[in-house]
Amino acid sequence: MNKRLERKHPLAIRWLHWINFPLLLMMIWSGLLIYWANAVYGLWIFNYEVFHFFPQWFYDVLGIPYRLAEGLRLHFFFMWLFAANGLIYVVYLAVSGEWRAILPVPGSFRRAVRVALHDVKIVKKLPPQGKFNDAQRIAYTAVILMGVGSVITGLAIYKPLQMAWLTSLLGGYGWARWMHFWLTILFVVFFFIHVVQVAIAGWANFRSMVTGYETVEAEGKPPAEAAEVKA
Amino acid sequence: MKEKEEKVLLEKVRELQSDGDDTRENTARILNEKRVIGPPLDEKQAKAEMSKRSRRTFLIGGAAAITAFFGWRWMPDDAKMSLLRRTLEFNETVGRFFYKPSRLAPEFPSERISPRRVNGMIGMEQEHDQAAWSLNVGGVYGADEDLILSLDDLRALPRTAMITELMCIEGWSIIVQWAGVRFSDFAAKYSPKTIDGSRPDVAGRPDKLLPYVSLSTPDNGYFVGWDTASILHPQTLLAYEMNGEPLLPEHGAPLRLASPTKYGIKQIKRIGRIEFTTERPRDYWAESGYDWYSGL
Repeated sequence: MNKRLERKHPLAIRWLHWINFPLLLMMIWSGLLIYWANAVYGLWIFNYEVFHFFPQWFYDVLGIPYRLAEGLRLHFFFMWLFAANGLIYVVYLAVSGEWRAILPVPGSFRRAVRVALHDVKIVKKLPPQGKFNDAQRIAYTAVILMGVGSVITGLAIYKPLQMAWLTSLLGGYGWARWMHFWLTILFVVFFFIHVVQVAIAGWANFRSMVTGYETVEAEGKPPAEAAEVKA
Repeated sequence: MKEKEEKVLLEKVRELQSDGDDTRENTARILNEKRVIGPPLDEKQAKAEMSKRSRRTFLIGGAAAITAFFGWRWMPDDAKMSLLRRTLEFNETVGRFFYKPSRLAPEFPSERISPRRVNGMIGMEQEHDQAAWSLNVGGVYGADEDLILSLDDLRALPRTAMITELMCIEGWSIIVQWAGVRFSDFAAKYSPKTIDGSRPDVAGRPDKLLPYVSLSTPDNGYFVGWDTASILHPQTLLAYEMNGEPLLPEHGAPLRLASPTKYGIKQIKRIGRIEFTTERPRDYWAESGYDWYSGL
């Protein structure tokens, strides 16, 4: 049985991906320390608050109360690293051509539904795909846009006077803070789905994000045909 | 049996085959996504090659993760504090570089004025005695000693009113109507000394003025430091009225700062003394670990 090693994830993507993990974690953690001081958001259905961000036990368990100053210091330190890492990632995607593997294409949303149905075992066959399936394309593009959104809304609440045009564009200080908060919640949702999907996808898939390589089947395929695939 | 099926599927995916005749279905083809595939290997070779790569990258990655985690964890508190403090100062440098006094905060119609909100009585624990109050001003050009001003002296200066948003560092904000004298108008009348001793030109050459302003309550219980550029912003007021009436004691009677250029912690209530200084002044909340500049 023939095997081939496929170079799946470039070195830069892997480093940027893994560096982003602790940076995003620190941004969310310091964000929580800040949010506690004015914890006003909840999940509302009509006039009923289904869930308030966050219950007291949540703060107590994590030791969050009365750490606003520390939260601000951390947030305004890690913001540079988080933004720089994200910027390098986007530039790398653009110049390396890796964006081709990530951007959704016409029909992606339709096929993403099939991917989701496949994931919950309703549909047997996955739609054809490249490195990532269409649900991944949508998710990974969305998370980049979320990062951009977090930087923009963050800037609007960090410098609401010097960037007054931006803050006004977002509907004012209060709305910008609201968006900044919900984008963070979306990041957390993304994180949990991502981890579950990686766990389901298995070790070889996870390992490829570390080593960059994945073993693929190449049964009976002459090298010439593989070269054609490369082109 | 199931495993075999999945493998076939995987192979189809890897080889970028389309679903039937419709090649447009294949997202990778649409964007001309390229794959890099190594030469065919037998099972044993593939496993050996993969193990070699795994060992190396997991070692490097693991070492990097451990260094980062324990490096941050075991970093002494004072070193961490110093790093974060210096970052705040770096952010201040960036903020000052981009600061423009011509950029104004939005003003609001009077129906948007919020209910009052009291948040902080530090330095105002003693009851305010209007008869005993005066404003002491130090560092004034041409004066060797503190000037002692009354509220009438301030009321004699041009009155400015504005309805702006007050941002608290805690994350909330309210819309307030303020009236008082622009600090820049105050400084035009009672001008700070200059760094080179020349005659001050507050409007024309603000960069020549002493770079800092220190403000404190009469009991010295609360004190803030401002950079001169921010305090000369046209929307920084020495306010004596709030929401259309004289300042209430809990809002800083008889005189307080009001400015959308900095957080509420900098908008000191019940001002007793103002001093123009060369040195960066002490600041109550900066001493508790908040950003000294706190510029918005």
